[in-house]
Amino acid sequence: MNTSEPLVRVENLVMHFPIYRGVIRRQVGAVRAVDGVTFDIQSGETLGLVGESGCGKTTVGRTILQLYRPTAGKVYFMGTDLTRLKGEELRRMRREMQMIFQDPYASLNPRMTIGEIVGEPLLVHGIAKGKELEDRVAELLQLVKLNPAFASRYPHEFSGGQRQRVGIARALALNPKFIVCDEPISALDVSIQAQVINLLEELQEKFHLTYLFVAHDLSVVRHISNRVAVMYLGIIVEIAEKNELYEHPLHPYTQALLSAVPIPDPVAEAQRKRIILEGDVPSPVNPPSGCRFRTRCPIARPICAEQVPQLRELGSGHYVACHFAENSAIA
Amino acid sequence: MAETILDVRDLETRFRTPDGVVHAVNGVSFGLKEGETLGVVGESGCGKSVTMLSLLRLIPSPPGEIVKGEAFFHGRDLLKMSDEEIRAVRGAQISMVFQDPMTSLNPVITIGQQLAEPLLLHLGMSRKEAETRAAELLSMVGIPNARERLKDYPHQYSGGMRQRVMIAMALSCNPQILIADEPTTALDVTIQAQIIDLVKRLRDNLGMAIIWITHDLGIIAGLAQRVIVMYGGLIIEEAEVKELYANPQHPYTIGLLKSLPRLDRKERTRLYSIEGLPPILYRKPQACPFAPRCSYAIERCWQENPPLDVVAPDHRVACWVDPETGRSRA
Repeated sequence: MNTSEPLVRVENLVMHFPIYRGVIRRQVGAVRAVDGVTFDIQSGETLGLVGESGCGKTTVGRTILQLYRPTAGKVYFMGTDLTRLKGEELRRMRREMQMIFQDPYASLNPRMTIGEIVGEPLLVHGIAKGKELEDRVAELLQLVKLNPAFASRYPHEFSGGQRQRVGIARALALNPKFIVCDEPISALDVSIQAQVINLLEELQEKFHLTYLFVAHDLSVVRHISNRVAVMYLGIIVEIAEKNELYEHPLHPYTQALLSAVPIPDPVAEAQRKRIILEGDVPSPVNPPSGCRFRTRCPIARPICAEQVPQLRELGSGHYVACHFAENSAIA
Repeated sequence: MAETILDVRDLETRFRTPDGVVHAVNGVSFGLKEGETLGVVGESGCGKSVTMLSLLRLIPSPPGEIVKGEAFFHGRDLLKMSDEEIRAVRGAQISMVFQDPMTSLNPVITIGQQLAEPLLLHLGMSRKEAETRAAELLSMVGIPNARERLKDYPHQYSGGMRQRVMIAMALSCNPQILIADEPTTALDVTIQAQIIDLVKRLRDNLGMAIIWITHDLGIIAGLAQRVIVMYGGLIIEEAEVKELYANPQHPYTIGLLKSLPRLDRKERTRLYSIEGLPPILYRKPQACPFAPRCSYAIERCWQENPPLDVVAPDHRVACWVDPETGRSRA
């Protein structure tokens, strides 16, 4: 593991969304979207964050950027705890951290031109205006391989892949250090996905960007990440260097998840053994006691209902939260 | 040799839109054998769903219009049947499962009543028989306490369970053909694995033929026996599944397969990417619809649309160029 100070450090991050009922809006419970998550991201690294819908991966990304203020826990960015910042101080830090959204149809204002969308961060932060702004917008559009002449057009004139490039150009406008990519390719067609993945990789090399890559597509995550964290029901169950994780998954959930991903090769598919998990993910309002995965785990034993397994290191940089990780091979 | 139960010839479907006529399907021909699983692969707008909806006459008209073609099912042309005749086939002998299990179910009717509907309609069962059969169907697709859960409404089921209900409903009249249109796209990967596992088991037990529409080349690799690749409202390649993945011949298929990151691959090289965008066809393609994005394109590709020709046993390709030599096919 890298010993230098990480660019991002998340400590025991908790994000609960309250549930209110009745006329007096009494709080009756909480959606425990993120329930104690700890990890770092080194400068220049891509950390993949995977899990199924409702596991809290998107909430982790948004909470790091302080788009949600966390219920508890710390988020350090370049050594500063963002959870303590407010107003102007936070706004200044936000220049360094940007986000690329999943849905390129919903994340661009249809009444603004592409030029206005990409230039808005520069205007808001008072960095450029007039001719300078125009030049910078043209430069940004070129960076994402869009024709600068498109600046005067509106989002509806573009395809999904082109809109996603606009979203990337907007994220790059302020020369950020860190970008949360929230499912940036899952709304795109297969032949367009590779174009956007390649673009993100080129930009990372060019500007030494650090990514948190949130996705449910495990093949894409293996391709783009350096390390991968697996989430289930609000917690991280396993985190490791990517090849280590994909070749030696230790958590039964990671093993099942990997085995469920189809491989585009009939010969390889015929030889694979699939672990079919029973049932559905439980509700994050009332997660199971002990290990949250135990209700679907093929190797669960009584202790799993009683004790919460801690994330512990087994092998260099490979962390796993399972009581039986040493002999968890279920495939 | 299994008998061909569905024979589609030269199907053309178009839509009138405010922006002009969109030529969604432009002359599609294929066959389906008894008990066979056929994968239909392509990106959004390639015409894969419209082809299948046309066969079942589920294209809203207007704006849609089936311009020409034939679709023989047991010797009878589905496209020429009266509304009454096609209704007797649809849901009974040929049934369909759609992508979104939430919008395909009626939210204010119980699961039990919805499951019973085709049984009452097509099989003429009594209410009591239908209820018993509905419970059997629910447990067949792996829903526990089936009898109890017949009384539930769709919102009380999870996404994966709703898709199981859709499959149960589609299979309720023992169809000969099940058309599945991206049935797992809205589901998580572990739930997708459950559904595919279920469909495989049901196929082996019940022996129906399946047409599985998807954009995911991974799912098809583990499920289909034969694959059709569509682009621009046309079939551009068709082959037995192993042959297609081992020996793709159309530059679009080659590109798609090369552009996919794989779960079981370690190396991190740049992905191959097909530049450009899939077309929206305001005119019926007169030349190869893939030519603008094709790195192999020669002059002829811009002038004439290549026919779907046999290049190897059970392998048809619509391309003027041989990708191995980069020259025109003889």
